[in-house]
Amino acid sequence: MNRLKIITKGIIKENPTFVLVLGMCPTLGTTTSAVNGLGMGLATTFVLMLSNLVISLISGMVPSKVRIPSFVVVISVFVTVVQLVMQAYVPGLYETLGLFIPLIVVNCIVLGRAEAYASKNGPLDSFLDGLGSGLGFTLSLTTLGTVRELLGSGAFFGWKIIPGDAILVFILAPGAFLALGYLMVLFNKIKKA
Amino acid sequence: MARESNFRNMFLCLLIICFGGSAIMGSVYLITYEPIAIAQAAKVNQALGQVLPDFDNQPAEMVYDMEIEGSKVAVYPATRDSVFVGAAIEAVTTKGFGGPIRVMVGFLPDGTVFNTAIISHSETPGLGDKIDPRKSDFSLQFKGKNPKTFHLAVKKDGGRVDAITAATISSRAFCDVVDLAYRAFIKTVQKGGKQ
Repeated sequence: MNRLKIITKGIIKENPTFVLVLGMCPTLGTTTSAVNGLGMGLATTFVLMLSNLVISLISGMVPSKVRIPSFVVVISVFVTVVQLVMQAYVPGLYETLGLFIPLIVVNCIVLGRAEAYASKNGPLDSFLDGLGSGLGFTLSLTTLGTVRELLGSGAFFGWKIIPGDAILVFILAPGAFLALGYLMVLFNKIKKA
Repeated sequence: MARESNFRNMFLCLLIICFGGSAIMGSVYLITYEPIAIAQAAKVNQALGQVLPDFDNQPAEMVYDMEIEGSKVAVYPATRDSVFVGAAIEAVTTKGFGGPIRVMVGFLPDGTVFNTAIISHSETPGLGDKIDPRKSDFSLQFKGKNPKTFHLAVKKDGGRVDAITAATISSRAFCDVVDLAYRAFIKTVQKGGKQ
C-alpha cells in the first residue's frame, strides 16, 4: 500500500509537469504529437528509474562535496544508453525527438528526484519513485501531445480524424504554451475536487 | 553516512564512477553499433530507391564525395547491366527557414530530374514542411524537368517553380539545393566520372 503510494504520488500529487512545473523545455518542445510525447516520456521514465536506483545505491559512499557531479555522471550514462538504443531500434522516433534526448541529462526532474529522494531513501523506494515521477511525466506529455495534435493537425496518434486544415498554431510553440496553461488549470481543478 | 569530503575520497569516488560509467556506455555502444549502421543504411537505400530509375548495382557502396561551390555533396552512381542510368546527389542547404535541409535528388544521364526525396529538414510544420512529398505536391513539380531548360527558381525570382504559399523561403531553399545538386551532377558527368 505504502509502496503504491510512492508511485501514485509522482503521477498525481507531485506531477512533474502540471504541479511541480519542472522540465518545461522538453514538455513544450517535443509534444507536437501524442506519439512524440509518449516516446519522450518513456525515455525519461527509463532514465529516472535507473538513475534513482543507482544513485540510492551509491549515495552512501559518495562524499557530499562531489555529490552533484557524481549524480550527473550516473544520469548522463543512462541518457547515453537510451540515446544509442533509440537510435538503433526506433530511428524514426529518435529523429523527431533528436536534440531533446541528450537534454534529458539537464532535465530538472531527473536531478531533482535524485537529490531530493534517491539520495535519502532505499533502492526499491527510489526505483518506484522514479517510476512514479516518470509515469506522471509521460502521462502529462502524452495528454499535451494528444491535445495539440488533435487541435493542430486534426489527428489522434497519427490517425487523421478531422478532415481539412486544423488550427496550425497548436503545433507551433505558442500553441504549446496555450495548451499547457489550460491543461494545468484543468488538472489542478480536478485534483482539488 | 556519506564519507568525509577529503581529496582522496572525492578523487577515488569520481574515478570509480567515471570508470563504471564508461564501461557501461562502451558496451552499449558495441551492442548498438551494428543496428544503428543498418538503420542508417536502410534510410539511404530507401531514398535511393525512390529517386533513381531501376538499377541493379549497389549505389550506396559506390558513393563518393565531391566539393562544389564550397559545399560537400555525396554522389551515388546507379547502373543497370553495367550501363550508367543516372545518379543520386545528396546535398544540403543552410538557406532553410528552420535549419539545414538535406535532400536526395536523382538525375537521369541527360540531367533530367527523376525524383527528389527529403532526408531531413526542420521547416515549420504546416507551412515549410510542405517541401516533403508526403505533405504536399510541391516537390512533384520537379519530376521530369531538366534544369537546363527549366529555370530552377520560384516564380517571384523569375523562375518557373510554384512556391508554397506563405513559405517562400523554404521553397527558395529547396530550389536552391536541387539546383546545386544539378550542377554537381553535371560536373560529375563531364568528368566522365561514372564510377
